[in-house]
Amino acid sequence: MDFRDTPAEAEFRAEIRAWLDEHLVGKFAELGGRGGPADETGWDTRVEWERILGADRWIGMNWPVEYGGRAADFSQQVIFDEEYAKAGAPARISFFGEGLFAPTLIAFGTPEQKQRFLPKIQAVEELWCQGYSEPNAGSDLANVQTRAVLDGDEWVINGQKVWTTLAHRAQWCFLVARTDPESKGSRGLSYLLVPMDQPGVEVRPLRQMTGTAEFNEVFFDDARTDKSLVVGDVNDGWKVAMATLGFERGTAFFSQQLAFQRELADLIEVARANSSIDEPRIRQELADSYVGVMIMKYNGMRMLTNLVKRGVLGPESSIGKLYWSNWHRTLGERAMHILGPGGQIIDAGFDGAYELNEIQRSFMFSRSETIYAGASEIQRNIIGERVLGLPREPR
Amino acid sequence: MDFAFSEDQEVLRDTVRKFLDARSPESEVRRLMDTVDGYDPAVWAQMASELGLQSLALPEAYGGQGYTFVELGIVLEEMGRVLLCAPFFSTVVLAAHAILNAGTDAEKAALLPGIASGETLAALAFTEPSGRWDADGITMVASGSGDSYTLDGTKTFVIDGHVANLFVVAARTQGTGGEEGISLFTVDGDAAGITRTPLATMDQTRKQARVDFAGVKATPLGPVGGGWDALSKTLDQAAVGLSNEMVGGAQKVLDMSVEYAKVRVQFGRPIGSFQAIKHKCADMLLEVESAKSAAYYSAWAAAEDSDELPVVASLAKAYCSDAYFHAAAENIQIHGGIGFTWEHPAHLYFKRAKSSEVLLGDATYHRELLAQRIGL
Repeated sequence: MDFRDTPAEAEFRAEIRAWLDEHLVGKFAELGGRGGPADETGWDTRVEWERILGADRWIGMNWPVEYGGRAADFSQQVIFDEEYAKAGAPARISFFGEGLFAPTLIAFGTPEQKQRFLPKIQAVEELWCQGYSEPNAGSDLANVQTRAVLDGDEWVINGQKVWTTLAHRAQWCFLVARTDPESKGSRGLSYLLVPMDQPGVEVRPLRQMTGTAEFNEVFFDDARTDKSLVVGDVNDGWKVAMATLGFERGTAFFSQQLAFQRELADLIEVARANSSIDEPRIRQELADSYVGVMIMKYNGMRMLTNLVKRGVLGPESSIGKLYWSNWHRTLGERAMHILGPGGQIIDAGFDGAYELNEIQRSFMFSRSETIYAGASEIQRNIIGERVLGLPREPR
Repeated sequence: MDFAFSEDQEVLRDTVRKFLDARSPESEVRRLMDTVDGYDPAVWAQMASELGLQSLALPEAYGGQGYTFVELGIVLEEMGRVLLCAPFFSTVVLAAHAILNAGTDAEKAALLPGIASGETLAALAFTEPSGRWDADGITMVASGSGDSYTLDGTKTFVIDGHVANLFVVAARTQGTGGEEGISLFTVDGDAAGITRTPLATMDQTRKQARVDFAGVKATPLGPVGGGWDALSKTLDQAAVGLSNEMVGGAQKVLDMSVEYAKVRVQFGRPIGSFQAIKHKCADMLLEVESAKSAAYYSAWAAAEDSDELPVVASLAKAYCSDAYFHAAAENIQIHGGIGFTWEHPAHLYFKRAKSSEVLLGDATYHRELLAQRIGL
């Protein structure tokens, strides 16, 4: 047990700091750590910034060298994320491509598929979205109804996806569709890669309780994609889709904890400014949120050590999503306590406008976080059944 | 970065677990908790001579083995898992660390070897009838000068104060307040003027006593009037130690719940297949694993004597207190009627969880302390 950097880790950290010092300047530095997958603040500047990152292979740093990566190990990724967050660099826009699709492709894709897609992700020339949820396939994801049938050398896709984050920005979608029409449940599904810019794909923004529309509905009406763009075997896409969810629920939350620390620090400043920091209840709540975010960090470090040492995730990894989403939702509620009546007044709210400040938006948006990427109730099922070995619900 | 126990540390855990499973089964816990003394001198001697648990984390210069707080944390976790009835926390965590933090080399050389060998049972006489855990709670006055001081007043909620043959006592110089003027003293357990009264405790597995001092001769431990820093550090280390002890119990009640949920059948199904029960267990796992992360990290901070210690001690104590109590309470609920009986061990853990939550200040107290320590 030792939480200090090894000499090699310290050297790597110094390299990252030097790189950020050199490149994170001007408008990129001004943007600060703002934005997020669901917050399009400074979009064009963030695209520009990520292209600089990609050019120096900081996007896809954990990919094999042959695909443009640095073959960085887990602890290097965490060091990078830490320094990135400490430097206040812009929130990343390529999460779905780099964080979810790329590791799935590296695990299950053909060499041709990897050559075709990974460089474009690294160059930030192609953004991805995730076509999983449907109106009747939410928590019960295996109930996917979207169908794909082969027509010569192409798949023809019909159906509807929903809650598709950044579909309006993405050039590609990785989606789960039913390719065996006789099948039910998790069998007979395939993992298809579909270009978004075609007549058969329609993206409709889905306005949320935040007033904004980061989520979308995506309609596929005889949309087409090449026969070769299936990841894994045809009719065997469920395990590929589950692997992506593993990446989403597993390692992806490391960097999140750092953004949360920043958010809490900002909130503490707000409480200091309006003197609510002197109220016992607010002090208790802020201290509790501090405890929570630090434990998120400690849990992450334990999980990382398990990955590095044993190549497997321990039970602490399964609690990540459930933990952070609840922590963040509670922080939003506490922010409202701190803001008091002033927190009820928004920036603009007439004639169709509904504009929230950053704290209000986080308070609202956090209600989605305990639902997307596997609702808290689903996470508890997973923990109960796969970690604790409790009997499954009769289905 | 490496957040895992070493192989040697895992071997230590295994050795301690085997010993405690053999020498502190539930039947022994129940036998000892019903006695006034509350521990088995033979087991205590075996812990010292065969396993060296009392000496494990004490410096070699004072009869110890020179291991760190991380190893001590492992031992405490295992003790918490079986609800060991013994004056270990009082002697090795509270009193020994007070001596380590406050004492001169000569004082440490005089006092610690007895603790290391298991001959000395020591207690930290700190809290008073006000039940406060901070500096203002210390009102006992020490009068005198040089090496000759006299103590008058009452200490209570003293862990294992009824069996200790050495007391470390916190008192203050007349006319001082707050953190100023606090000193630590040592007093023999059978010194003239001491009256000890064993207290009947709700948690029968950890004994407490009231200790009245009437003109008791006391020897200064460290600088007179400058004892608060040493005491405060001792309380932080103790919070870390207790957090590790608590995660042992918390994991045990989670194990009991999961095991029962798999075999207890109602409505024709194991109750663990119902989400109402399954989700309770999942939440317990989340909290137990998180409590472990906090407790282990804080043990490392204590081992390194890190600047982070005050913050992470309060952090761990706040989280682990809530997590253990919640898990112990859910364990009763999941067991249903049987969990409410005297015969079932669920209540033993529930009571230990509550007494541990209160000991050294509850979660609310430590969250406020944490708030101050992070500059809120």
